[in-house]
Amino acid sequence: MSEHVHTEKCSTMLGDLSDYIDGNLQAEICAQIEEHMKTCDNCRVVVDTLRKTIELYEHCSDNVELPGEVKERLFAKLEIKDYLSTVDSPK
Amino acid sequence: MSNNEKSEFLTALQSGDRQAFAKLVEETSTQIYRTARQILGDEQDVLQETYMKAFKALPTFEGRSSISTWLHRIAVNEALMMIRKRKTPMVSVDDTLPFESDEESSGIEIVDFCCLPEKELLSSESRKFMDQAIQRLPETLKTVFVLRDLEGLSIQETAEALQITENNVKTRLLRARLRLRQELAVYYAEKVEKEKSK
Repeated sequence: MSEHVHTEKCSTMLGDLSDYIDGNLQAEICAQIEEHMKTCDNCRVVVDTLRKTIELYEHCSDNVELPGEVKERLFAKLEIKDYLSTVDSPK
Repeated sequence: MSNNEKSEFLTALQSGDRQAFAKLVEETSTQIYRTARQILGDEQDVLQETYMKAFKALPTFEGRSSISTWLHRIAVNEALMMIRKRKTPMVSVDDTLPFESDEESSGIEIVDFCCLPEKELLSSESRKFMDQAIQRLPETLKTVFVLRDLEGLSIQETAEALQITENNVKTRLLRARLRLRQELAVYYAEKVEKEKSK
């Protein structure tokens, strides 16, 4: 494990990281970041692991389902239990 | 749903049609459950409270945001109220300040954990750690991360749900992502070393 000793360029890049990862950054700034990453391995690792962090969390979140008993309790409390089997399935 | 169907559905909801309401609950409750669970660590009664409040408030819903964004707003407020009741210590983050890269980057760990096998990255122990790491985030960062990255709301929808500016959403999102990345880098460091020595 090593600690990132960052230059001014690295610091500037850090502020744009979210927009870069989300694809919301101007092409010119994207190109600058990509050029910087060619020579700065630390920044490349930060970008890759930041992307991976979001991906891992998304994956775990997608697998969370509403437990059947919680759903039943909810429909009972809201007095809509009679409609539970008649509503259309979500599309 | 076409625009016409959407409009009819909204009219039915606002007139108190229980079947339409049941359909809304059916279609959105998994998302709302996940949001509550990720902000609180469990869901407690947030789910029930959210829909009870929504049902009462539906006649006055003005449609300035989507129903889903509006439900998320109610759920986040309920979850935050619950946290305050539990008296969890609050950590404040001044989001009116622009992102200070020097401050955030001062302790960045460089561990390339992308190389780890999926079964290691997503083991039950790793998932538990990831859950705990979210819970360690200050509320201001956690709510943005949950809505934007886990529930997939846009920057604009997240801003509407939390009633903050889009710039604040972006600043908080970057801070939340960097903090979680940092936590995972430290957590996976030992596993990366082991993997390298294989």
